[in-house]
Amino acid sequence: MSSTLAERPGRAARERRPAPGAPPPRPRRTRRTPNGPYRLTAVSGLGLGVALVWFSALALVPLVAVIVETSVGGWPAFLAAVTQPQTAAALTLTVTQALAVTAVNVVMGTLVAWVLVRDRFPGKRVLEVLIDIPFALPTIVAGLVLLALYGPSGPLGIDVANTRAAVFLAFCFVTLPFVVRSVQPVLAELDRDVEEAAASLGATRLTTFRRVVLPALAPAITAGAALSFARAISEYGALVLLSGNLPMRTEVGSVRILAYLENGQPEQAAAVASVLLLVSLLVIATIQLLQRRVARRG
Amino acid sequence: MDSSPWVRRTLRAVVVVYLVLLVGWPVSLVAKNAFADGLETFQRAFADPSVVFALQLTAAVAVQVVVINTIFGVGISMLVVRYDFPGKALLNALLDLPLSVSPIVVGLSLILVYGKNGWFGGALEDAGLQVIFAPPGIVLATAFVCLPLVVREVVPVLTEIGTDEELAATSLGATRFQTFRRITLPAIRWALVYGVVLTLARALGEFGAVKVVSGNFEGRTQTSTLLVEQRYQDFEQGTAYAVAFLLASVSVACIVAVTLLRSDAHSPARPARARRARASTKADS
Repeated sequence: MSSTLAERPGRAARERRPAPGAPPPRPRRTRRTPNGPYRLTAVSGLGLGVALVWFSALALVPLVAVIVETSVGGWPAFLAAVTQPQTAAALTLTVTQALAVTAVNVVMGTLVAWVLVRDRFPGKRVLEVLIDIPFALPTIVAGLVLLALYGPSGPLGIDVANTRAAVFLAFCFVTLPFVVRSVQPVLAELDRDVEEAAASLGATRLTTFRRVVLPALAPAITAGAALSFARAISEYGALVLLSGNLPMRTEVGSVRILAYLENGQPEQAAAVASVLLLVSLLVIATIQLLQRRVARRG
Repeated sequence: MDSSPWVRRTLRAVVVVYLVLLVGWPVSLVAKNAFADGLETFQRAFADPSVVFALQLTAAVAVQVVVINTIFGVGISMLVVRYDFPGKALLNALLDLPLSVSPIVVGLSLILVYGKNGWFGGALEDAGLQVIFAPPGIVLATAFVCLPLVVREVVPVLTEIGTDEELAATSLGATRFQTFRRITLPAIRWALVYGVVLTLARALGEFGAVKVVSGNFEGRTQTSTLLVEQRYQDFEQGTAYAVAFLLASVSVACIVAVTLLRSDAHSPARPARARRARASTKADS
């Protein structure tokens, strides 16, 4: 590690491009040099206006429409929609599987990041590519791919098709990059002197990891976990072919929304969608909060 | 904290086995299944007009989305990094929202606004523009889902390069446009390339949101991913695997390109301008 890196912790992370799925580095608003940020001029103000109109038309207004559609029937209608047995079962399954997958990702994602940063071996670049594949692979293809190995005619003799294990497997696949990509840059710039100091003071490897490394990684792990949870509860494409969407058994929240919509019940669809949206918002708020805390500390 | 050799080897083995079982092996099986009957499956698939149409539609949508999101992405990144305005923090947070919204919710939300009985849908249809169950809806849904990808790549680089060079250019009499074209654009070009490649991969593969808004009419609004689902369920697995293989190879090629570009950008062969830009920010901090 060069001296400039050591002097300015955080530089390596900022230079590294954020991977798909890693929490985005925020512009540092606190650095107020005379060079900016500037106040809006007429031209940039117009640009901002155009951008906001497009962003609203594309994303904000439609998302507000979901909330409005939910509120049309009032609280009782909302409760009735989300507590309907089939919907409640779907939401419960989605949340429990998403939590389980997030737990797996916290452990495996950190481990993968550790090996990629601290270990050197031939073929490491292939692993880097493997980690990004779930992000770029079309979700329907992801389902097909998993079905090829873990389906009825898979070479391993394991058949998870149309079971709850299929939901778990599909979630695992699509959320693989998130924790890895958010932990990796933080681990890469971690000052190893502190670890060596701990070791020289007699700490065991496990103690060093638990007391020195883990606290430094915790915000990144949490951010990655939040993203992978959000992605898992909203997954649809990878499950279509794999889980069979069996009512009360392997049906997830997204499938319920689609079913309501196709049955001409947009209010119920919007109610379930609002639940998922609320979780997304909570996740984004968590990540923002964590990043602010880390920025303040740094 | 140098782990002992056996700990390191165990961890390495666990990671390799996990990734191979979860990603490597399954992905390679699609290639195997697609070529199970040699090239015959592909010939049969591409002789099908619906398949050709779906591939063309997917390509057309992806190109439109890349253009729209690149312009929007660069513009909003410049605004968010270089300017101060009320509500900036909120906008920043909202820009990430599309990544964690379920594709089905994206589709539903667009239907509620642009559908026949939606907020604007009726008026637009009277004006002769059908959005939902038509290609414009597919473009909207895909643009929504891919929205943050360019922004997330460009914002950190814009923040990093600072404004010194831009300021110098302006003080030497460059117009705003010249400054952008000669100074800013070259500095962010790699980030922009990553963003575009990721957007392209994502746009080619969007499924859930497109399924909701397109109506999935074969030969009219059926994209490649929707075709894969339909053909697989209709027991035309050869065609499904052939198209899936095609989509998978494009997305894997995108990822490999990004991985290569990323490691190149850190080597000494990095473009001279970016290096100088970095050096100047380093000096003033």
